[in-house]
Amino acid sequence: MTTLEPHLPGATSGGLDSQPTDGFTAPEQQSRWRAVVRTFAANKLALVGITVVVLMFGFCFLGPVFYHTDQIHTNLAQVTLPPGPGHPLGTDSVGYDELGRLMVGGRTSLTVGLAAAVVATLLGALWGALSGYIGGFVDAVLMRFVDVLLSIPTLFLLLFMASVFKPSKTELILVIAGVSWLVTSRLVRGEVLTLKVREYVSAAGLMGGSHAYRLFRHVLPNAVGTLAVNVTFQVADSILLLASMSYLGLGVQAPDTDWGGMLSDGVNYSYSGYWWLIYPAGLAIVVTVIAFNFIGDALRDALESRLRSRT
Amino acid sequence: MIRYLVGRLGQSLIVILGVTLVVFAMLHMLPGGPARAILGPRATPQAVAAFDHANGYDRAVPVQYWVWIKNLLTGNLGYSYKLNQSVASLIADRLPKTVLIVGLANVIAIVLAIPLGLVQASRRNRGFDYAVTAGAFFFYSMPLFWLSLLLITFFSIDNTFLPPEAPQGSFVDVLKDPAGLVLPIAALTLITLALFSRYMRSSAIDSLTQDYVRTARAKGSSTSQLLRRHVLRNSLLPTITLIGLTLPVVVSGALIVESVFNFPGMGLLFWNAAQTQDYPVLLGSVVVIGVATALGSLLADLLYLVVDPRIRAA
Repeated sequence: MTTLEPHLPGATSGGLDSQPTDGFTAPEQQSRWRAVVRTFAANKLALVGITVVVLMFGFCFLGPVFYHTDQIHTNLAQVTLPPGPGHPLGTDSVGYDELGRLMVGGRTSLTVGLAAAVVATLLGALWGALSGYIGGFVDAVLMRFVDVLLSIPTLFLLLFMASVFKPSKTELILVIAGVSWLVTSRLVRGEVLTLKVREYVSAAGLMGGSHAYRLFRHVLPNAVGTLAVNVTFQVADSILLLASMSYLGLGVQAPDTDWGGMLSDGVNYSYSGYWWLIYPAGLAIVVTVIAFNFIGDALRDALESRLRSRT
Repeated sequence: MIRYLVGRLGQSLIVILGVTLVVFAMLHMLPGGPARAILGPRATPQAVAAFDHANGYDRAVPVQYWVWIKNLLTGNLGYSYKLNQSVASLIADRLPKTVLIVGLANVIAIVLAIPLGLVQASRRNRGFDYAVTAGAFFFYSMPLFWLSLLLITFFSIDNTFLPPEAPQGSFVDVLKDPAGLVLPIAALTLITLALFSRYMRSSAIDSLTQDYVRTARAKGSSTSQLLRRHVLRNSLLPTITLIGLTLPVVVSGALIVESVFNFPGMGLLFWNAAQTQDYPVLLGSVVVIGVATALGSLLADLLYLVVDPRIRAA
């Protein structure tokens, strides 16, 4: 287990631990991550997930370079055209080209999903780490706060916040992150509770490392796996949350849109049989969310099997 | 055990108190304060001052909180000026209906998830296991409003088996029209099932690796006997915790389902209130739902205590 120790820069060996921590630590760590990558890459579903995500990003961000459409001005002469020449996926209820719209909407869904996931994970990590590391009364207060917010169902909290703030895209990211960090903070707290009593953390303390140093250099880096898994699942959940908000009329404003907004527009035409307004957007959401879930699952398995092989 | 009980009750009490504090803070976060939220942006300063005085909003904040809590405890949740009805009476009408669909969806999902999980665990990595896992992924990844509308498309438009709209009226009226409840509950059940089944599978796989299972197998029990006698019982326990944990998610789902099927429950009430900025209803609903969810997870923990002999004895 000593191979896992991150060592103090400039410090000589001879802390609590009997084994020397010398320059060999770094290559050992590299091979540990290589093992994780190998396990991850052996997982077929993970590769499917990665491929889908890369393709989706390419489609949404590079697509408009090759496929030009007007996504600003409506064209009421060409509404709800079925797929055909000029419009491979038809047009929507105000005349936007549906294929081009998928790119624009996907950009919002992916950006908001990714940004909200990162913000939520950072906030949750910080909150949970402080709570677990400090412990005692502070821990009780911070965690009860999380309990309180968790007992208010997400969409209710989200809807309330959105009805007060009337969110723009940036605020949407913050609002979604604001309801998503809670579970993360619990996970990280649990992880920190077990990490902070490890020998190498006390060793760092004995060598004069401050609490902040111990927390940010020795405890949190070892929770990076948990965080990586968490971010991946959060992206999936955030994309779904954004879609729900668009359906409830609190998403981004036209002419901007997201996949959820396109889908909730489309389902108004369920009865008219305009399938091209429903299935492309709906499938884009489902496929992307599943892909992120695949990646998260595989990442967790890879990190867990790493843990298993070690003990 | 008594110490655990007291601790757990105390924790719930603190959480409930916290919910009231958060909602009270929300009340003061409203743009322009509670008076502007109700009287509107064009109210004169005199009108605002008069409203604040009449409702005690000109007093010190702790006093306001105290008065507000006293009102809560006596069942006074405020007054909806938009609907011209007391918030308490609105919620008393709506809450039972939401409890009905959320409760039924949970029960059905559990009843289906347990056998699915057991069969998946015993035939791991074969066709059936993959099919159920794929289904769970699919339903979990689907926006609930789309799933609901697909159900309507297939069962009410393409085939006219079931009504597309949920029953209206009071709780008793709703019960009189079970056909209308099928689709909303089905939608809610499918996502709940997607949440549960993955968990049940791994919990059953976990049980299968236990020593007592190996012993039973060595003593000659068949697989089905093994599943029924040993794995099932030990997998039942965690589902209670699972219900407690997923309750907020399912209640969030109820908000979407109710708005799609126009089911007159808490979710629809809340959504309409959000659109008309009916803040007394929004805040009252958050208090009630927050407290109900906290009590729900308390109930789950207590039930665990009753069911698990190991904890009872401790």
